[in-house]
Amino acid sequence: MRKVIHRKLSRNFLRLSLIVLLAFTSSLSAQEGDAAKGKSLFNANCAACHQLDKKMTGPALRHVETRLSEDEGLDRDWIHAWIRNSSGVIKSGDSYANKVYNEYGGAAMTAFPQLSDQDLNDILAYTAEEKKAAPAPAAGAAPVAAAGSSDGISNELILGALAILFILLAIGLYLVNKTLRRFAAAQNIELEPATSRTPLWKAFVQNQFLMIVVAIFFLLTSAYFAFGYLMQVGVDQGYQPVQPIHFSHKIHAGDNGIDCKYCHSSARVSKTSGIPSLNVCMNCHKSVYEYNGETSAEYSKEFYDGEIQKLYKAAGWSDADQKYTGESSPVKWVRIHNLPDFAYFNHSQHVTVAGVECQTCHGPVQEMEVVYQHAPLTMGWCINCHRDTDVDVKDNAYYEKIHAELSKKYGVETLTAAEMGGLECGKCHY
Amino acid sequence: MSSNKKYWKSVEELNENSSIVEALKQNEFVAEIPTDEFLGDKDTLEASSTTRRDFLKYVGFSTAAASLAACEGPVKKAIPYVVQPTEIIPGVANYYATTIADGFDFASVLVKTREGRPIKIENNTMAPSHGSANARVNASVLGLYDSLRVQGPKKDGASISWSNFNAETTKALNSVKASGQSIVLLTQTYASPSTNKLVAEFKEAYGNVNHVVYDAVSEFAAVQAFQKKYNKRGLADYDFSQAMTIVSVGADFLGDWQGGGFDAAYAKNRIPANGKMSRHIQFESNMSLSGANADKRVPATPNQQKLALAKLYSLVTGNNVSVKGLPANVEAAVKAAASQLKKAGSNGVVVTGIQDVNAQTTVLELNAYLASKAFKPEVVIKTKQGNANAVAQLISDMKAGQVGAIIMSGVNPLYTLANAADFAEGLKKTKLSIAFSMKEDETSSQAQYLAAAPHYLESWGDVEIKTGQYSLTQPAIRPLFDTKQFQDALLAWTGNSASYSDYIKSTWNESVLGGASYNKALHDGFFVNNSAKEEVAEEAPVDEDTETTQTAFSGAAQALAASAKSTGLELSLYTKTGMGDGQQANNPWLQEFPDPISRVSWDNYLTVSKADAEELGLKNRHVADGGLNGSYANVTVNGVTVKAPVLIQPGQAKGSVGLSFGYGRTAGLKEEMQTGVNAFALYHNFNSTQNVTVEAASGEHEFACVQLHNTLMGRGDIIKETTLEIFNTKDKAHWNAVPVVSLNHEETPVTSPDVDLWDEFDRSVGHHFNLSIDLNACTGCGSCVIACHAENNVPVVGKEEVRKSRDMHWLRIDRYYSSDETFEGDNIKKDEFSGLFGDKGSLGGFGEMEEPSDNPQVAFQAVMCQHCNHAPCETVCPVAATSHSRQGQNHMAYNRCVGTRYCANNCPYKVRRFNWFLYNENDEFDYHMNDDLGRMVLNPDVVVRSRGVMEKCSMCIQMTQKTILDAKRDGRVIKDGEFQTACSAACSSGAMVFGDINDKESKVAKTLEDNRMYHLLEHVGTKPNVQYQTKVRNTTEA
Repeated sequence: MRKVIHRKLSRNFLRLSLIVLLAFTSSLSAQEGDAAKGKSLFNANCAACHQLDKKMTGPALRHVETRLSEDEGLDRDWIHAWIRNSSGVIKSGDSYANKVYNEYGGAAMTAFPQLSDQDLNDILAYTAEEKKAAPAPAAGAAPVAAAGSSDGISNELILGALAILFILLAIGLYLVNKTLRRFAAAQNIELEPATSRTPLWKAFVQNQFLMIVVAIFFLLTSAYFAFGYLMQVGVDQGYQPVQPIHFSHKIHAGDNGIDCKYCHSSARVSKTSGIPSLNVCMNCHKSVYEYNGETSAEYSKEFYDGEIQKLYKAAGWSDADQKYTGESSPVKWVRIHNLPDFAYFNHSQHVTVAGVECQTCHGPVQEMEVVYQHAPLTMGWCINCHRDTDVDVKDNAYYEKIHAELSKKYGVETLTAAEMGGLECGKCHY
Repeated sequence: MSSNKKYWKSVEELNENSSIVEALKQNEFVAEIPTDEFLGDKDTLEASSTTRRDFLKYVGFSTAAASLAACEGPVKKAIPYVVQPTEIIPGVANYYATTIADGFDFASVLVKTREGRPIKIENNTMAPSHGSANARVNASVLGLYDSLRVQGPKKDGASISWSNFNAETTKALNSVKASGQSIVLLTQTYASPSTNKLVAEFKEAYGNVNHVVYDAVSEFAAVQAFQKKYNKRGLADYDFSQAMTIVSVGADFLGDWQGGGFDAAYAKNRIPANGKMSRHIQFESNMSLSGANADKRVPATPNQQKLALAKLYSLVTGNNVSVKGLPANVEAAVKAAASQLKKAGSNGVVVTGIQDVNAQTTVLELNAYLASKAFKPEVVIKTKQGNANAVAQLISDMKAGQVGAIIMSGVNPLYTLANAADFAEGLKKTKLSIAFSMKEDETSSQAQYLAAAPHYLESWGDVEIKTGQYSLTQPAIRPLFDTKQFQDALLAWTGNSASYSDYIKSTWNESVLGGASYNKALHDGFFVNNSAKEEVAEEAPVDEDTETTQTAFSGAAQALAASAKSTGLELSLYTKTGMGDGQQANNPWLQEFPDPISRVSWDNYLTVSKADAEELGLKNRHVADGGLNGSYANVTVNGVTVKAPVLIQPGQAKGSVGLSFGYGRTAGLKEEMQTGVNAFALYHNFNSTQNVTVEAASGEHEFACVQLHNTLMGRGDIIKETTLEIFNTKDKAHWNAVPVVSLNHEETPVTSPDVDLWDEFDRSVGHHFNLSIDLNACTGCGSCVIACHAENNVPVVGKEEVRKSRDMHWLRIDRYYSSDETFEGDNIKKDEFSGLFGDKGSLGGFGEMEEPSDNPQVAFQAVMCQHCNHAPCETVCPVAATSHSRQGQNHMAYNRCVGTRYCANNCPYKVRRFNWFLYNENDEFDYHMNDDLGRMVLNPDVVVRSRGVMEKCSMCIQMTQKTILDAKRDGRVIKDGEFQTACSAACSSGAMVFGDINDKESKVAKTLEDNRMYHLLEHVGTKPNVQYQTKVRNTTEA
């Protein structure tokens, strides 16, 4: 409940700021270039090596035009020439070009002759924007909390009022009773003493039939609960350990829509899905050094940036020097999905051959801030799926013969994994 | 009804005055139970602060804590790579081609690695020769993970660094060079072009350098004979697939004779095709694999073999050689063999294993005379270069103090030399001694410098196994320890900064490849250069006596006949299939590997013929716990006595005894592996035949023998056998009849559904796996047994447990002897039994049949789970832990098994194995599964079984499932030959064929329809998915 409201609010907030932003930027671009267009051009062409505020493979580019004209006396034409053909500028003996070239380890910048003057102006307009202040998440979060709690208070109030009412009623009854008795005593009316009957509990104990029924009921109930307890021993559904690095699948797979198999690539060909090695993380995180997405009170931007720093430390990446130090320390992730040794499971069989979505077994990972075990991973769970799921035999020469024969035998068009022999013990236990 | 009878429990009770009787009436135990012993003495008990209540509290608390802790799953960590190597995908195996060249075994193999760990050795089927791994090569991967390997270089027992090692040894070598003393390199046979070049460079750098090549088990006589005749150093190659008549005189060519590797070619002609198969006649003293596979085996002592060979020469070539003293039966056999050879002409071949130059020369002559197609003197086997004379010279030089430095690599002379004491004495007089070794073995522990050497799976190398057939060794894993190979040290000593891998590459590009791609050679693991230039002998022929040279060729046979002098018992030293020369003595797989012939594991023993044993008072007996016990005997050669246990070996030539090398090591071995006696002590002058005196010694030895029942007792439905003549002329019903049972007084074949207890299940859809085992092609080599061990994580249980028949082998190779001269004779004898008593009575008759004959026929039969379609084990399992699949495999769900062992009781084939103990991470079973290093060899796709569950052959379901999955992923149909099991993949002779019988074009579907096909114990009606092909013997005398 709370989270939904929160998301709506913050989304609204973002929308509003976007409108403000757009209005602001369009006014600027009227003169030289369109910063919004420039942003997309920048992201498409430049972002692999450049950031606005941070030195990466190439220098930081915010206010590059002003900087160059003020410090070096270089105009926009020089920048255009440089972007279109940097090596040409270097060869021409330009002193600043050579200085930059040497400063960045002799790595030549890719030439972009395809960019028009307008494109370059757009990009420069984008780089000329002022740095925005980080959005303040707390402002959005506070009213949400207040609104959420007001609902709860009203419920409690009603309950409290009812309780007080009942207490008042009870007191009233007691007082009435007391008063009546006093009147009776005053008028000498004999009150009949209450006839002593066998107490209910005694009657109950004396009724042997009832006792036996209750005992059987009690035993059955406890057996039911004991069985339920024992069956969940070793079932870790919902297991959600704290990981050494707070890796948010929500941000990666959800918000950014990265394919699961980009990182868990061996799921396609191997029995294990594979935990990505740190070099896979660094493919992106070399340039993604900070988090700029949605945040909350619990997970702030500082928190996420700290986690990225943890990754850099583990991978031995020096963000300041933009190179590997060689001092790496492998991350000790906590395994969430633990199959016992005697059960053989092969990811590629399910992912590549059967085309099962990762989410079928792992749940909505793209929504998980912290990953937990979605499925019970019990044998019954496996078997049920094998019984219900039709095998995808399309365009697979392997299945042609067996499918034709089996569908004739069973008189069906589609075959489940179970009908293919997927329930046999030895298929998973060896 | 009362009785006055007095019952008594012991004689003592009859004595009325006995006090003990009275005491026993009152007390069950006469003496007070010594509670103090286990409770400690009273004072300490009372002084203890733990009261009874506290104790109970602690017990209660810890029980509760333990059960609470058990409810919570342990936290498991998963640690990915920081930078994942591109060639490694976790969960997917990589294969690399490499070559083992340890001085005894040479083979081109594939190494299976998982996550960078080598876990299995497989055949390199592309390699032109030596592409098949024998049992030892299959097991060699475990040597990599030996916990007793030397982990870094040492000087006088203390660790030093490699840089110090290099500096110190270079200095010492230079001072030796300056002093003018000689530097000796004592190495195994490397047969390596790069190493040879490197040694030459080393010689150039240090001047007075002598390279002595030393084979622990020598073929020196054969090398000498070959060199004399062909002026090339090495051994002649034989291609047995070209031979239809094979006469072997004392050559175990299916074993380790002349480097081994001949069995695959031999097996090709053993399968009858178009009514023809080869005929193999074997003269030998010990029962060997070759003898067991022969069509006709003639037991003959080594001296008789010499005479037989001379006689054979004389009969075949017509040169008159006078041969005296050959027993009549051997002579008759020689005559028959000679006429057969003459008839075969160029299709015949003669081989010998007699370590005598004249004998070897005679054989070369004979083959040249026959113009044998199988005899290939132009192709030289280079893997046995050892020079016995040079070794003898070296020892005397060392004793004389003339050797300044000795550098040893791949050798262990203090263990493998008969005169080890002389060598040790010489070693003390040598200023500098360096030993490259993986172990602190007998020799390396005595050397000044122990240079820790890498395993071959961590090394680079090259080898020219045969002329023009080159192989490459490449590492499949980074060195586990701080090791350095001999060649790298040579490079350092010669001041060459290149690595050995670069050195090999440049050598190959210069002189081997002739422009071909090095990367392709490295990928394939081998390279064949047919235009290899003929090499001239490296060393001049060794002429120890001119007389022999003169008589060399035509007179060799005469000299051979003259040299045969019989004096008492003759000892033949041999190598066992499992242990070879003993390099891998610390390998538990090999120790537990039962010898194919004797079926004894964890031991070597003196094999004695039954007649000699009776004469010498040596006994074998079976004891009540099912074990085999044997007497000890003192075996004396030239004053050296070895006390060895005795095994009475059917087929052992009377007047001869046998003892195997490779055992009796003590240094660098776990205690359990220190088994057997050292036969090298008797290996005088590198002669495998010695005159010997044997006398009974006191004591009794306990063997761990896995097969006590030696004969078939005429049960023809276990091993079906026939002769080539009958096979060719008679109907299948005659020699491979399907058993029948009576149904309504009519004989009905057991394969008929009318007599079946079970309903048939339709297995015609999908795959239906079958394994076919051809008894004709199976030589009993045992590589399948070790391959199964490696693939399926089969535990090693140790000698004590094996003795109790608790061995865990999923695949065993049963060996049967005939009780008559032939198995056919057995069957006739059994059929003719009439009544219980009398001459033809079954009581006495069966008793006789228990004893194998003096010269029995031998048959091997690999038995694993038969994967019955109507499996008796499945019906008795109370928890349905074992069940059948439609693919024909009998499944075993270990996690479901509760260990009732009903299934094992109900199995007619006795192939189920029970985990009596926890065999991993248990100090009681201190084999490879008890240390982190050894567990690295485990196959991650197969679960390691725990205590109390039954296990058995799964028909390598993990492999068949993988094949299916790969095909599904690629979206293609599976071709015949893709399905393999560990055993069928390891079988180089083609005896094991695995596949899908629903694929009608598959090999195994065809063998199912073959006339020779039968099922084991067919009359039981289990409908197994393992087929056997009837053994056919070529008994046709020419």
